[in-house]
Amino acid sequence: MRLALEKRDKKSNSIAFMVPLISFIVSLLLGAIVLVASKANPFEAYAAMARGAFGNARRLQYTIVEAIPLLLCGLSVGIAFRLRFWNIGAEGQYVWGAIGITWVMQFWTFVPDAMLLPVGLVVGMILGALWAGIPGVLKAQWSVDETLTTLMLNYVAIGFAEYLYIKAWKAPLGNLGTPVFPDSAAFSTVWGKIHGGLFIALVLVVILWFVQYKTRWGFELNMIGKNPTAAKYQGVSIRRNIILALLVSGAIAGLAGSINTAAIAHRLTKGVNSGYGFTGIIIAWMAHLNPFASIVVAIVMASLTTGAAALQIAMKLPESMGEVLQGLVLIPLLAGSIFNEYRLIVIRKEAAK
Amino acid sequence: MNLDFITKLLAATIAMGTSLTYATVGEIFTQKSGVLNLGMEGIMLMGALSGFATALASGNLYFGIVIAMLTGGLLSLIHAFLCITMRANQVVSGLAITMFGTGLANFLGQRLGPASNNYNLVGMNLTSKFENIAIPFLHKIPVLGALFDVSILTYFLYLLLPFSWFFMYKTKHGLAVRSVGESPRTAAAMGLNVPKIRYIYTTIGGMLAGLGGACLSLSFTPSWNDGMTGGKGWIVIALVIFATWNPGRAVIGTLVFGGITSLQFSLQAAGIKMVIPTQFLAFAPYLITFFTLSIMTILNQNKKGSFSAPSALGTPFAIDDK
Repeated sequence: MRLALEKRDKKSNSIAFMVPLISFIVSLLLGAIVLVASKANPFEAYAAMARGAFGNARRLQYTIVEAIPLLLCGLSVGIAFRLRFWNIGAEGQYVWGAIGITWVMQFWTFVPDAMLLPVGLVVGMILGALWAGIPGVLKAQWSVDETLTTLMLNYVAIGFAEYLYIKAWKAPLGNLGTPVFPDSAAFSTVWGKIHGGLFIALVLVVILWFVQYKTRWGFELNMIGKNPTAAKYQGVSIRRNIILALLVSGAIAGLAGSINTAAIAHRLTKGVNSGYGFTGIIIAWMAHLNPFASIVVAIVMASLTTGAAALQIAMKLPESMGEVLQGLVLIPLLAGSIFNEYRLIVIRKEAAK
Repeated sequence: MNLDFITKLLAATIAMGTSLTYATVGEIFTQKSGVLNLGMEGIMLMGALSGFATALASGNLYFGIVIAMLTGGLLSLIHAFLCITMRANQVVSGLAITMFGTGLANFLGQRLGPASNNYNLVGMNLTSKFENIAIPFLHKIPVLGALFDVSILTYFLYLLLPFSWFFMYKTKHGLAVRSVGESPRTAAAMGLNVPKIRYIYTTIGGMLAGLGGACLSLSFTPSWNDGMTGGKGWIVIALVIFATWNPGRAVIGTLVFGGITSLQFSLQAAGIKMVIPTQFLAFAPYLITFFTLSIMTILNQNKKGSFSAPSALGTPFAIDDK
């Protein structure tokens, strides 16, 4: 008797639900091992994390605020992944979004105060789109490997932002960072700590869902991702679509950067490369590129971060436990992803021969 | 600029480059077999942590190196299991390993220290480190003498580089690795065990990355600090491209990139003002790699040259797939 894998004919809904659920439980168990090994009670620790992420209105607000850039980056990466384009560069595009809005706030003095925020967001989107467009064109025109080019460009963007806030655009007074944005250009708050960026993110979820599942373009992207040869015979331009999808993807990541800079940091400063772009890749993958599912995944990942911060305060455990758990959630999920496409079958000896 | 300055620069470059080169050779082995491991940052950091914690507790540097290599091997084994057996997405799996590895290393860094230091490893000092050993006469050669006044870890690297080149291009094992990375289907038809070979070289790659991490915490800056690899794991990915997947060329990239980084410090130390902002030097390696990769690919457009990535890099292999 032996075990073998057999390709599924169609996707199973129960598996799509069970795999993430079991994975989450397994990752909590694995995390418990780490906690027990460091002489902490895992039940207490998880309870402290849950309270830290959702315990009261203020903490829930922090978790949602943390989820906004994650959701946007997940959406950004997801649209490129539709056609199997690995945009590992959302981090850099996010940084360009932050640079864009800072540029407007600091130097575009001709823009009226009321218009600073919207103009800043648009410029952030454009810079993010252009930064993503470079690897897009290289891939479309000469099939230069996008995983590696987008990854490399991240660090160029981060380094350039560093140059801006340490040297070129640094505020005359104070530590690192550009001057603080004018108050008139701040986001209005929706509920407590939650800023208006939430609406932009949610509207984008609906738009992207519609575009991906209900329009001709979404259909084309899907076809290219699933079967590029068939798409070509149908007269779908792969080159044009790669570049287009990348521009959209970069624009959304840029928007994430400009929103978070305007709403949280209020200036370009250290910590602009906070890893949202990288986590966005994971969110898109976990959500199976579905914009609505991305909301849930973004909140789960954000709660691990905010929960871990509370863990440090409540139990004096290092905050990096959040990162450990984020990694641990993924490992069983990755292992389980095979069951979306394959089923495990038992082959008996006599049946096999 | 005088000879003394250049000698010091070379010495600093080698000291910094040793860690990078080990991990780069490791990642080249992994990628040659067709597996992309983006978990290097996490693996190197875990190597640095476990090596330091072991050396601190046992007082034995070599024991630290062994544990760092085992830790690196173990982490990359998770990656291998996910990507090879479970055919998971290699990019996501690599990122998961980096997240888990950096998180765990930073977490354990505050738990594995002695009780007297509040269980923290930060601020602890080793009683010894891998000291430089000067080879008589040779280390007196102007400039190049710097090559012969290095730690045992670097001397070992001098042996590893030609060996890994020879292994990859002149032995039948090397041929097997390359064929598995270029065309797994053909390799399998020729009777090679594709998953097994990928498992072996992914694990070896992780062990070398763990060793690279330990070079930092046991030799270059003998201490432990949160996130002390500081993105070196990503530079490694860049260096693999820059070396055009040839382990023999890994050292060129390290010299260029390590040199650029050391140059910032050396110039600062020498009190020389620079025209180029230091931040530009910091991202120059990535920009150079970006151009190298793009130009290489465009030039190789029509013929499959020796400068390109293994064809099957990043794609899972299943013998039963149609």
